[in-house]
Parts: sequence; C-alpha cells; structure tokens
Amino acid sequence: MGARGETWLWILQRATAAVLAGAVLVHLATLVYAVRQGLSAAAILARTEGNLAWLGFYLLFATAAALHAGIGLRTVLREATPWRGPSLDGAVLLLAVAIAAAGWRAAFGLFA
Amino acid sequence: MTATLHVSVWRGGAAGRLVAYDVPAQESQTVLDVVTYIQRHLEPALSYRFACRVGMCGSCAMTVNGVPRWTCRTHVRRVASGGRLELRPLENMPVIKDLAVDMSNFFGKWSRAHGAFAPMAGLGEEFAKVAPDSPERQAASAGIECIGCGVCYAACDVVRWNDAFLGPAALNRAWTLVNDCRDGDGAARLRAVAGDAGCHACHSQQSCALHCPKQLDPTAAIAGLKRATAKAALWGKL
Amino acid sequence: MSWPARNHPNYWAFLLHRMSGLLLALFLPLHFWALGTAIEGAARLDGFLRWTSAPLVKLAEIGLVVLLAAHLTGGLRLLAIEFLAWRRWQKTAVALSAGASLAMGLVFLLNLF
Repeated sequence: MGARGETWLWILQRATAAVLAGAVLVHLATLVYAVRQGLSAAAILARTEGNLAWLGFYLLFATAAALHAGIGLRTVLREATPWRGPSLDGAVLLLAVAIAAAGWRAAFGLFA
Repeated sequence: MTATLHVSVWRGGAAGRLVAYDVPAQESQTVLDVVTYIQRHLEPALSYRFACRVGMCGSCAMTVNGVPRWTCRTHVRRVASGGRLELRPLENMPVIKDLAVDMSNFFGKWSRAHGAFAPMAGLGEEFAKVAPDSPERQAASAGIECIGCGVCYAACDVVRWNDAFLGPAALNRAWTLVNDCRDGDGAARLRAVAGDAGCHACHSQQSCALHCPKQLDPTAAIAGLKRATAKAALWGKL
Repeated sequence: MSWPARNHPNYWAFLLHRMSGLLLALFLPLHFWALGTAIEGAARLDGFLRWTSAPLVKLAEIGLVVLLAAHLTGGLRLLAIEFLAWRRWQKTAVALSAGASLAMGLVFLLNLF
C-alpha cells in the first residue's frame, strides 16, 4: 500500500479509536446500570427491542471495533511475521468484515 | 572498584564471537579509553571507529552492555557492573568488522526521506526573513543538532522489524526541513515520509529519544510528520 | 538489541498496548459470537447470563476490564504524543494513573468482586 493509503489507514485508526473511546464509555455505563438493575434477558431486551437508537449505537460500535481491530492486527502481523502486501491486506479486510458481521448479528438480535 | 576490567568484545563480521580481554582499571576512564587500550596493547587487529574523542562527532557509537552509546562520553564506572563490559557494534546495521558497522543504508534512508534542503524557487535577491521565535523555526531548531551518529537508529525496534523504515534520524531531519520556511520541497517530502516506510510505522516507543546523546526527540518530530501528512491527505494534497 | 536498552516506561507502555490490543482482538469475535448466539430467544439469553455469574467468568471479566483500561489509556497516551506537545514523562504518568483509576473504578462498579 502506498504512502497515501497508509496515511488514510493511520487517520482511520485514530478516528475509530475516538469513536470507540466514546462508545466504550457508554457501553460500560450501560453494563453498570444493567448489572445494578439485575441482569436478566427480559430486562435487557425490554430496553433494546425495537429501539432504533440502541441498534444504531451498536452497529456503529461494532463497525468501528472491527475496523480498529483489523488495522491493528495488520500492523502487528507485518512487524512480527514476514507476511505483508495485498494478500495480508485482503485477509485482514475479510477478518474485519467477519467481525463486523458477527457484531451486526448480535445488534440485530437485540433489536428484533 | 576492581583493579582489572573484564571486557568482552565482538570480533568478526556478522558471524563472529565475543573475545575476552583484561584491561587495567583506571580511576577515571571512558569506554573509548578501554577500546583504545585493547587495540594498542592487546590486539592490534581490532577495528573500531573514533575521531574527536570529546563528544562532538558521534563516530565512536557502539553497543555497551546492551545499550547504544558514544564510548568517548561513557565513563566505565557508570556502566561496568562488577568490572564487566560487553562491547558490540551498533545494532540494525551490517557489521563490517569487529566494532565498525556499515552506515550506507542509514544515510541512504536520510536521502530517501528527502533529508536535504531544496531551495524554494523564486526566492529573489533578498535574504529570507526567518522569525526565530516562530513555532516552525523553534520546531526546526529543536532537531537540527543531529550529527548522524546512528544511536537512535540502533535503538529503534521498528528499524529492526521493518527493513524499509526510514528511521528516527532521517525522519527527524525531514521534519526540520518541513518546518524550514525557505525550503521548497513541500508535498514531495511529505509523500516520501508518509506510509509504512515512513512516519506511520513509528509506535512511539521513544527508545530513540531516550538514547540520543544530544537529547533530541525524534518521536516528537515523527509525530509532527504524522500530523503534517494527515493534514495533507485530508486536503487532497498528499 | 537487548533488554537493558528497552527497559524504560515508554517501551513498557508500548508492550502493554500491543499485548492488550492483541488479546482484545482475540476476545472480540468471541464476544460478538456468544452474544449473537445467546440472543436467539430470551430463555437462551437467561441461561447465558446465569453462566456469566460463575466465578471463573467473573475473573475473566476482571481481566477484560483491565485489558480495556490498559488499551484505552495507552491509546490516549499515543494520541497525546501525536497531537499535543507534551513532555515525555507526563505522557507516561497520565496514562498510568488514568489506567489504574479506570480499571479500579470499573471493577468496583461492575460488582465483579
């Protein structure tokens, strides 16, 4: 990947980090609240079922996390192993898509 | 303080071994004094570099007990625990012989990072007015004392893991030029220092800044390059 | 290069950030998959939630909270280095204290003990 591409990946990593910082704080606050309320399926689903705001939040959260993890793993693999180039980029992209898909499945599961 | 220093010195090229020498300990002694003693009295064939002997030229850089340093500015007392010293050539550069390394790639990367001043076209006959207290001039001045000794490059793990990485010294130099209002290289230099071989490969471990004998801060320079290249990319100028 | 040259706070911070990132990247797909599977029906989710009250799971959760705090504050440290003109020691100090407090606070609040 050329200079421009790497620069954009760097920007994207910081941007997703910013999104994740906020999302993680919201997520942890939610967990604290949920645990205090008593952790049960009924309680959780009552909050999330049909709720577009929660859906939107979790979709964004999952996507940012998948991208951030993907870019991070790409860096680590390039430094720790001889693997680099388009094949690594493709593999990491596939992984990020898979993680995002799993996250979206969970998000829709809470919503539907 | 023991009366004798037990010194292990790397002998050979990339394939070689540590050879032990016993050197008389002095009250006040630098590591360069030790190496000089070995070459003059014990092993005339020992290869090593030095020039000024007084901490100005950076030629005497070596790995002393695992840490890259200038041997002329390293007192034995500060580094020899139990009267033992281990001397190896600088890391991340091919060994020519014994304690001398091949620095051509180090300087080649300097060149690839556009680490040379390129005068702006059409400067005219007037002297360029450079405000000494401008943020840019201060940023440039903070990095221009680099004398290319290679200690930061030897200390850097990213250089070790990534052959193409330009390294802290070259990138530090590029940053001083990015901040030089008389320089005209502009976007071309930013393109040269962006990417996997450039500033974006740095993870801010800051071993470079820790070990720089002139207390320069290549990490800060590289951070500046990250900001400059990101800005250029966002404005479509990269 | 040997450990003596790497044995300094900013290097430990890098190691911690990288290790925590790797472990979180391993955990994340599991988290999504487990949640997505468990959510197929309220009864299944309840069963899953009961499982999470097991002591070993609680211990793992504490570990995760610590990893998250470490990675987040390590990231904040990086953002400070890259975007602010901070002195070197300040960056490490802030990251350490922020990370410690965040981890402690979360562990307490989440009633993990």
